[in-house]
Amino acid sequence: MSEQFVLETRNLVKEFKGFVAVDNVNLQIRQGNIHALIGPNGAGKTTVFNLLTKFLSPTRGQILYQGEDITALKSAAIARKGIVRSFQISAVFPHMTALENIRVALQAAEGTSFSFWKSGNSLNKLNQRCMELLESVGLTEFANTTTVELAYGRKRALELATTLAMEPKLLLLDEPTQGMGSEDVDRVVELVRKAAEGRTVLMVEHNLSVVSKLCDRITVLAQGAVLTEGDYQEVSADPRVREVYMGSDGSGERGGSPAEQAEAAQ
Amino acid sequence: MMSQPINSADVHKAMLEQQKSQDRRKMLLNGALLLLLLAAPFALYPVFLMKILCFALFAVAFNLLFGFTGLLSFGHAAFLASGAYTTGYLLSNYSGLTTEMGIIAGTLVATALGLVFALLSIRRQGIYFAMVTLALAQLVYFFFVQSEFTGGEDGLHGIPRGELFGVIDLSDNMNMYYFVLTVFIACYLLVQRIVSSPYGQVLKAIKQNEPRAVSLGYNVDRYKILAFVISAGLTGLAGSLKSVVFQLASLNDAHWHMSGEVILMTLVGGLGTLLGPVIGSTFVVNVEYQLSQGPLRDWVDPILGGIFVLTVLAFRSGIVGEIQKFMRKNLG
Ligand SMILES: Nc1ncnc2c1ncn2[C@@H]1O[C@H](COP(=O)(O)OP(=O)(O)OP(=O)(O)O)[C@@H](O)[C@H]1O
Ligand SMILES: [Mg+2]
Repeated sequence: MSEQFVLETRNLVKEFKGFVAVDNVNLQIRQGNIHALIGPNGAGKTTVFNLLTKFLSPTRGQILYQGEDITALKSAAIARKGIVRSFQISAVFPHMTALENIRVALQAAEGTSFSFWKSGNSLNKLNQRCMELLESVGLTEFANTTTVELAYGRKRALELATTLAMEPKLLLLDEPTQGMGSEDVDRVVELVRKAAEGRTVLMVEHNLSVVSKLCDRITVLAQGAVLTEGDYQEVSADPRVREVYMGSDGSGERGGSPAEQAEAAQ
Repeated sequence: MMSQPINSADVHKAMLEQQKSQDRRKMLLNGALLLLLLAAPFALYPVFLMKILCFALFAVAFNLLFGFTGLLSFGHAAFLASGAYTTGYLLSNYSGLTTEMGIIAGTLVATALGLVFALLSIRRQGIYFAMVTLALAQLVYFFFVQSEFTGGEDGLHGIPRGELFGVIDLSDNMNMYYFVLTVFIACYLLVQRIVSSPYGQVLKAIKQNEPRAVSLGYNVDRYKILAFVISAGLTGLAGSLKSVVFQLASLNDAHWHMSGEVILMTLVGGLGTLLGPVIGSTFVVNVEYQLSQGPLRDWVDPILGGIFVLTVLAFRSGIVGEIQKFMRKNLG
């Protein structure tokens, strides 16, 4: 029965000292879908991501991946199973070059990551693939640039390329367009669309035009609980959604509030 | 150049060129350092130079953990002392042992102790990690104070230098110096290799963004434990060598002052640079020596403390780091 879903959560709960951040969430993500998780600030979206990737341990509930219970696995093991996440706050290795950022991801599959006696040049054989990935996100000319020096939009593109280097089966993207100008947003939409070929994507996204363009299915979260679920038409027509989400936020887009800036990725 | 279309292969080629020229520069620097150290005992007192080399090795080992992995241990004195005591005790009591066996034994004991420390502390973050390592090192200190074999407050004196491989007489200071130098160079090259190895890349990643490294599937604790153990082992080797050079192992080596001093040396020289700890320990050992000869001999600690504060406040990159910054700014 659960075979058609790549990822499923059953009565997932996360409490922080009595405060319920995630409240009995049942998610069902279909194979090959781009699935959006939306909801107002503080709804618990990032916390759900943290639970799915075990950056936080659920208080109660179950997580199933391809029918297998992965609730007890550790973060690194979950990543190796093919569930790879990005972070709300751009997550790069700032003092490595763009190419090295991607190479670290590729290296994980090489089996030489404990080889402290090997020459660093042994990693050069991965460069070809790194360059391809960089090219796919339009960063070819920045291959040898230290990542701190990249503009914000490019850092996010690099992050996406790094995530894709893992060949994930299920991609978890936490607000890939946050803080971007409209030009960058269009680029990211295209990148995500391309990345989603042959994979499943679960993404948190505030920009509703992005959601409407990309997503097959939408789950709305409010105060930790699932408010409703459906495709874009159904969800956007639901008056409760307008009330908690669109009503509170006008256009559906938003700028970074101070609280958000301070919020840690994990 | 900017207006031409960008070709992936060209970018890559330029990058490899740059890598090569960096490797060449590294080799040149290594060669210059080697020549300097080979010639040094003809100009300077070998025992003093050996002191510098032992501390330099200590700092290089410490920097592998602090500078390259991002873990600040405040308990490295425990490894220095366990190496020194083990070697000192064995060489003093078992005349059949050649010197290098005593040193290897000291290194192994420190490595094992490092594994114990690492397993107990690695899950802690930041200041808690430093506190756990300090607490464990204090336990080790009291163990050494209480134990018979360490000679308690007196320490172990007159440790025989013996003969290397049973043939080379180490009571000769020149022989001893070149032995210490060989070990030092080997360890320095090892750390240089580790830092640039595939493993070193993962350490870098962990240091720069641990959650991201985890999300890429790295079991970061294991990588940190390995770095800790290597660092502890090399620190033990520094302690073992020191006990043979000075024919002395004492509580000084185990005291938390020693854990603080190596932090000072590393920071002054340049955290996370290869040469930094070497320059830093040379600097600190010299300052200590010069001050202790003059009228300021009671002021050594406050002056070092002042240097520490100055470094942290004004020269965060340390001597080598500041020079690198300067060169980068003025050479492109
Ligand atoms: N580690 C934590 N400890 C305590 N409370 C937390 C923790 N992490 C999140 N919370 C709380 O849980 C609630 C949900 O936070 P979460 O970050 O999941 O929201 P979000 O939906 O991602 O919001 P945003 O749109 O602002 O990113 C918030 O009230 C937050 O303060
Ligand atoms: Mg969030």
